Amino acid sequence: KNRQLPLLSSANLVFLVEMAAQEVASQPSDTLTTLKTESETLKTKLEEERAKLHDVELHQVAEKIEALGQFVMKTRRTLKGHGNKVLCMDWCKDKRRIVSSSQDGKVIVWDAFTTNKEHAVTMPCTWVMACAYAPSGCAVACGGLDNKCSVYPLSLDKNENLAAKKKSVAMHTNYLSACCFTNSDMQILTSSGDGTCALWDVESGQMLQSFHGHAADVLCLDLAPSETGNTFVSGGCDKKACVWDMRTGQCIQSFETHESDINSVRYYPSGDAFASGSDDATCRLYDLRADREVAIYSKESIIFGTSSVDFSLSGRLLFGGYNDYTINVWDVLKGTRVSILFGHENRVSTLRVSPDGTAFCSGSWDHTLRVSGQKYLRLSGVVMKVSHLFCLSPDLGLNVDWNSDVSLFSPQLDSRITRRL
Amino acid sequence: MAQPSSCAQSSNGVADESPNMLVYRKMEDIIARMQDEKNGIPIRTVKSFLSKIPSVFSGSDIVQWMQKNLNIEDQVEALHLGTLMAAHGYFFPISDHVLTLKEDGTFYRFQTPYFWPSNCWEPENTDYAVYLCKRTMQNKARLELADYEAESLARLQRAFARKWEFIFMQAEAQAKVDKKRDKIERKILDSQERAFWDVHRPVPGCVNTTEADIKKSSRMKQPHKTRKSVYGLQNDIRSHSPTHTVTPEVKEPTEDELHDQIQHCQEQLDRHRLKMSKVAESLLSFAEQYLEYDPFFTTPEPSNPWISDDVTSWELEACKEAGQQRVKRWAFCFDEVMKDPVGREQFLKFLESEFSSENLRFWLAVQELKKRPIREVPTRVQEIWEEFLAPGAPSAINVDSRSYDKTTQNIKDPGRYAFQDAQEHIYKLMKSDSYSRFIRSSAYQELLQAKKKVQPQNRPRHTHASLLCMKFALNVKMVFHNDIKIQREIKMFHSLLSRT
Repeated sequence: KNRQLPLLSSANLVFLVEMAAQEVASQPSDTLTTLKTESETLKTKLEEERAKLHDVELHQVAEKIEALGQFVMKTRRTLKGHGNKVLCMDWCKDKRRIVSSSQDGKVIVWDAFTTNKEHAVTMPCTWVMACAYAPSGCAVACGGLDNKCSVYPLSLDKNENLAAKKKSVAMHTNYLSACCFTNSDMQILTSSGDGTCALWDVESGQMLQSFHGHAADVLCLDLAPSETGNTFVSGGCDKKACVWDMRTGQCIQSFETHESDINSVRYYPSGDAFASGSDDATCRLYDLRADREVAIYSKESIIFGTSSVDFSLSGRLLFGGYNDYTINVWDVLKGTRVSILFGHENRVSTLRVSPDGTAFCSGSWDHTLRVSGQKYLRLSGVVMKVSHLFCLSPDLGLNVDWNSDVSLFSPQLDSRITRRL
Repeated sequence: MAQPSSCAQSSNGVADESPNMLVYRKMEDIIARMQDEKNGIPIRTVKSFLSKIPSVFSGSDIVQWMQKNLNIEDQVEALHLGTLMAAHGYFFPISDHVLTLKEDGTFYRFQTPYFWPSNCWEPENTDYAVYLCKRTMQNKARLELADYEAESLARLQRAFARKWEFIFMQAEAQAKVDKKRDKIERKILDSQERAFWDVHRPVPGCVNTTEADIKKSSRMKQPHKTRKSVYGLQNDIRSHSPTHTVTPEVKEPTEDELHDQIQHCQEQLDRHRLKMSKVAESLLSFAEQYLEYDPFFTTPEPSNPWISDDVTSWELEACKEAGQQRVKRWAFCFDEVMKDPVGREQFLKFLESEFSSENLRFWLAVQELKKRPIREVPTRVQEIWEEFLAPGAPSAINVDSRSYDKTTQNIKDPGRYAFQDAQEHIYKLMKSDSYSRFIRSSAYQELLQAKKKVQPQNRPRHTHASLLCMKFALNVKMVFHNDIKIQREIKMFHSLLSRT
């Protein structure tokens, strides 16, 4: 068949030559594109594999257990003393002391039980975003905009200047977002805005291992609770949560289902799962054995991001501190909210449950820290718990208003017993 | 229950907005629904004493709408969310600088989209000066400066002393333009302008909702989008200047990084996964097992220190004697024994009685090794080798040949993980063999049966009043729903009561 070729004008010829030139110029990026496509295909395949074993939802299996009543929480201690936003806090293993750090550059060690300040250090930088208590209780670590993590030994002598004994341990190339001692005072794990995590030897300041894999700032980390464990989880601005092997520096598992930055990660007490809190206003539970997200904790009315999460001792409750100034408590297994705590006057930036689970501490941009727990009612020496808000009929005699007095009265008793909680 | 939250998308369809934008979009979605003609909040003009109040709705209107349309059961929650939306400037009380939501007849107005925070406003002090100056020119009672505003104006006059003539002229020009406007229109615009400044220059003591988390602020700074001038005093930096490019939030991956990603995906594909049903059962049974140790479900013995102000339970935990509840935990899994220092001690004693304590001592020594400063590691590795693994070692342990060979290699270049393989082998050995015998041993059983050492100090005296109260409480069993121990106590009293 004879086909007549269309006549090309000179303009068209020039155009064709230019197009050809452009194609040649774009050759080097082809490998990148092919690799990207390959990576995307594998990721999709991975999600498919993970979905295959998803035969039931967690909350469906949890239908057989009894629902929790509403919990009423009450603040037990308010710690005032910071001059600006509280950014981070950590509990001491003695279950009563805490260390907190603030935007004003101050790091304070408190006995939260008595609300006394025991030590205070002024850092050379503002925005101290990370702080941690050493397992021995004899030192604290902190850092932030200075890109470093420094360790301060706590002296019993109140007159001693803590700043003089400061030890610079970690050096990153961007802000320090989180730090955590491993099982000893001698090693610190850090995460940074430079996109990496690192393990450091405190005494020498030597980096023992670095962890690369996040594509953006790493905002949080948590160590696995097991005695034999050598892993930790991290979350970042790339919306990814990664589980790392501390020995090899490899990323063992990763999860990418959040829609925005992951601000906080915390292991489930058994170590088999972890929770994450994100700017997308949800908390999620990821199980390591199922290798996928297994629950989302969210509500239509919660639109502000979660800044911090932690579990109660049994893992049944998940506490979340939010940027809308509230703390929401979730039933981990059923996925419902069982409590909402108001009280802070600005964002909740940090939240940790105490080591024995008897209370939780929250730090906020309103400059305060609050230690809170469940509300109890003491009546005639019997300690009873208030777990329902309902006002019942007067002749039954249990009338509860959580904001003011709690009164208990009955026709049989002579007088109305009013107890202020 | 899990509810899908609206996925925020930027205008080009890519979901990569800064965290603040995400929240603004969600609030704006709600505002759009509130302004819907059919299902939104009814906006009306109210006839007041001498004039009309245009385009308002009441606080209760907002709360009711929220409870109905946003699935909010509790009024307190609706008020809280509404207050936040007001504090960000999406609607405002028409007669108050303080931006909160009250559930009463107070009137509110919507903010015009021009002033929405999603427009990346960062207004300068010169603009604020023009605004305050303009207010003093307009002779209206409702536009009088509040105390804090008068103070701000005085400060700004000092700061901009040189520029003041220019600022004054601007203010005059603005005031002139305003005078020409329709009265009703002016009322609305004035209130919206004031609300804008209430967000960016809040009343002292109020939260400044424009404050940002410094970790995220680098992504929020979009110089080509930031609006600094309300009244056109400066070059509004919105022109497409080549020097102002948006910094991408996520770095583009390099070839090496992509190779790593691909390899990582391939490794993950090979992973052995458990079925969800199995995982769910495991999570449920763990929570159930530990419920009696969780202070949010079971009152600690003798009390929760934060409530009773009594630190006995902490002192008990610290002492060497372990109570029954603590001992019971050791039987849950091997990790529980190893986590508890008293548990380790008891287990060691047991192993000594069986003449196999070298396993545990080796494991503990290796754990200790990993905690030492890196400087001490080579010496410690040598010591451990000599004690436990070298030919003729005094506390020789039995490891499989593969681990032994690997360890022999490792100690030539001693690191913290030199004994990793051997340690894992010994752990498995103890777990499968010694641990189960420990739990069945008479020593452990005795500890389990031991009487509680401490009588709770504030043991309740059961007065007639308290018994009656318990009786009422029984009628409403939901009150004590979550506490297992109190449920049992109530059952006990119930039987007591029925007998009296």
